[in-house]
Amino acid sequence: MKTLVWVEHDNKHVKDATLATVTAAAKLGEVHLLVAGSGAAGVADEAAKIAGVGKVHLADDAAFEHALAENVAPLIVTLMESHDAILFPSTTTGKNIAPRVAALLDVMQISDILSVEAPDTFTRPIYAGNAIATVQTSDKKLVITVRGTAFEKAATSGGSGTVEAVSGSGDAGLSTFAGSEIAESVRPELTSAKIIVSGGRALQNSENFHSIIEPLADKLGAAVGASRAAVDAGYVPNDYQVGQTGKIVAPEVYIAVGISGAIQHLAGMKDSKIIVAINKDEDAPIFQVADIGLVGDLFKIVPELTEKL
Amino acid sequence: MKVLVPVKRVLDYNVKPRVKADGTGVDLANVKMSMNPFDEIAIEEAVRLKEKGAASEVVVVTIGVPKAETDILLTARAMGADRAILIATDDEVEPLAVAKLLAKVAQEEQPGLIILGKQAIDDDANQTGQMLAALLGWAQGTFASKVEVNGERVSVTREVDGGLETVDLKLPAIVTTDLRLNEPRYATLPNIMKAKSKPVAKKTIADYGVDVAPRLKTLKVVEPGKRQAGVKVGSVDELVERLKGLGVAK
Repeated sequence: MKTLVWVEHDNKHVKDATLATVTAAAKLGEVHLLVAGSGAAGVADEAAKIAGVGKVHLADDAAFEHALAENVAPLIVTLMESHDAILFPSTTTGKNIAPRVAALLDVMQISDILSVEAPDTFTRPIYAGNAIATVQTSDKKLVITVRGTAFEKAATSGGSGTVEAVSGSGDAGLSTFAGSEIAESVRPELTSAKIIVSGGRALQNSENFHSIIEPLADKLGAAVGASRAAVDAGYVPNDYQVGQTGKIVAPEVYIAVGISGAIQHLAGMKDSKIIVAINKDEDAPIFQVADIGLVGDLFKIVPELTEKL
Repeated sequence: MKVLVPVKRVLDYNVKPRVKADGTGVDLANVKMSMNPFDEIAIEEAVRLKEKGAASEVVVVTIGVPKAETDILLTARAMGADRAILIATDDEVEPLAVAKLLAKVAQEEQPGLIILGKQAIDDDANQTGQMLAALLGWAQGTFASKVEVNGERVSVTREVDGGLETVDLKLPAIVTTDLRLNEPRYATLPNIMKAKSKPVAKKTIADYGVDVAPRLKTLKVVEPGKRQAGVKVGSVDELVERLKGLGVAK
């Protein structure tokens, strides 16, 4: 099978989310990549070095700079004439574009796969990960999104792919990019961090969140996450949210501070290797999944912990 | 401008899903069913557009069991939708087929905007809105946290992995809702009583001539591996020792 992988990037570098998707694609067959962007030749060169990669299709066009689904979907449909499967990481970009491609190809997409059981059979989570379904497709072409935490990352070196320019139909004239507010953080990215410190509603306000959670995270070199309750209450921006509808993470260590452990939150972090919970309520559901729990007042415990580490 | 809001009837988000012993799916017998939470946000947004004068009519549509008429479609009308369309079926319909049916409804209704939930909390597919946009050849503003209609365009602020992004779309367009777009109002009892007189058009899949044969076959559904609860430590010092043991701290 000939597969195509959507390369997630910022027109400068390949993003980590791409690597697990390459691993999933390699289980299906030959791996080609698509770099759609503007001034993205450097990304294509970087992508060509990913282990196991064959051809890298580079579609360089101002219309692709912000990965608008209306503009990139027709390009992918054209490339699918010579590929059997397209795989996207389950990022907001992947989730935005993949179904548009699937509908244009008249294919039923398989979302957020956890494993490849056979070339037409995959497992995927349903009901916020409370059940795992094994599904078999009868479609001739495959459109798939890949859960990044479920596959190993492909190595970023060792590959010797060849870059080939392709052109799409440009701007579909339906949508324009009007701006973004992307937080610049010195901390690791949530989805690729080895350690995450997450805070919940028990922090009470934004000031406490910053003064309690962040020093601990910085001491550990960790990323900072949050429960939906903390995001809804405005303590931190939306991109901090871990859970069913936020980010799915699986770090080596996940430290949940003042998070009760709603099903929707557990869905986003229960595959972490070690879960540490700090909560004043000893019956909080988070303790049912935590490897190490400490019951008590987070306002005392966390500063003490930060100091002693 | 007419706004169309497709909604789905799902297992209530407060109910813990139970996998059937025979591995064929999740048990939906005798459990509370509700409107998908993201779809409530979609209705709220449509009703607010009408209240602001940006929309003239809010039409809600569902594809599902006939009982939806008296539960989620009643809730939708009580929240402010003017009328409803029920495309009745007892079968599960996949997102691609749902999008095809909705495309037919859109051709009949000619809405200026279609607002959908970004995903249903049962199959977590996150596909229907984008697929519908593709089939209609419309622009799509997914995972919206802010929607502003300005004449012939709509500005949509999207929740993306790194933060927020704003796109400017040509109407007609598709918007899918994220959690923080708004806080849906409750369907009050007086409004539920009044909603009963708002019309529901009853249709079947055959009325639309769409092939809804499933493309995916579910071979089995199992519970995920369970985590075992670990130990509780008694002090910060003990926690520090444990973390050091894991190599988290020096």
